Amino acid sequence: MTLQPQRQILVVFPHPDDEAFSSAGTIRLYRNMGVPVTYACLTLGEMGRNLGNPPFATRESLPEIRRKELQAACEFMGIEDLRMMGLRDKTVEFEDDEKMVKLVKDLIDELNPSLIITFLPGYAVHPDHEATARAVVEAVRRMPKTIRPTVYAVGFANNTLADKGAPPVEIDVSSVKQDKLKALQAHASQTAWMIEENTKRVDEGQPMSDSWLHYERFYIVDFED
Amino acid sequence: MKEVQIDELQELLNSFANKDVYIHLETTNGAYATHFNEKVFNAGAFIRNAKIKYELAKVINDTPHRVGLKMERGWVYAQGITHYELDDKGRLLMAGLDFTGKLAVALEISETPFSY
Repeated sequence: MTLQPQRQILVVFPHPDDEAFSSAGTIRLYRNMGVPVTYACLTLGEMGRNLGNPPFATRESLPEIRRKELQAACEFMGIEDLRMMGLRDKTVEFEDDEKMVKLVKDLIDELNPSLIITFLPGYAVHPDHEATARAVVEAVRRMPKTIRPTVYAVGFANNTLADKGAPPVEIDVSSVKQDKLKALQAHASQTAWMIEENTKRVDEGQPMSDSWLHYERFYIVDFED
Repeated sequence: MKEVQIDELQELLNSFANKDVYIHLETTNGAYATHFNEKVFNAGAFIRNAKIKYELAKVINDTPHRVGLKMERGWVYAQGITHYELDDKGRLLMAGLDFTGKLAVALEISETPFSY
């Protein structure tokens, strides 16, 4: 489908790399059209498990590594307004719910986005993803119906397709595939193993399906009132 | 971090004994464990910046290693420790990394609080 025109986009995800897997191509396409994109990344993925063996990082040095990776990924996506929100990985769901809604509301009030990209509540797998999605959806739900932004939501739980059907928004990002790949590669502490695995499969004549490098798919949050 | 050398790690553990210290203790099999394999029961625990004082510390010579701290009233232990380092802030960082390089357990000891 063709990209809907947008005034301002707000991307809200909890971990550096969530945006690269799910939305890097869409973000790049909009940036190429000159649409401003703000990315609120709630944590620095402090609790990432991949430290390597032999290790390239410690639990304490990982956040700084991931901060730099996030900044590099944003350059490849063309994001000029990156907000690192200072929460801690894996604790988002334990924050006060109203504080989380306010965090999102304040961003909406400041930026007046026409589109928000986040996770799909109930189908986002990781507790931080779910908590982020809940806060975004609640903040938008409380807005007057006429001024609510559209919310594109990423669902990837194993039961997503069975429950929700095919995502109604499918964006062809083939033309910016290289930018998406670079954004993913920028998150090397998280993605090096994956890219290595894919190279190995290509060497063995079994390339991993790269449909996720060609299409990004979103559900549209329905507010029902 | 480097692989555990028992004598050196034991000495480092001893150097924090009988002092007020902050600990980070974490076990995890990853937030995606059940997503990848529905038969996995996902459990873990996390505590950061708990202040304790221990009188005795032991690293057990097994692979992976176990590290136990005896406090005046109670215990702290971690199982599966493979690597450690004394970092540039003088903190003793111990971790258990699985065969693919993923952290499964961490035990860290510091005289100053860890970041948030």
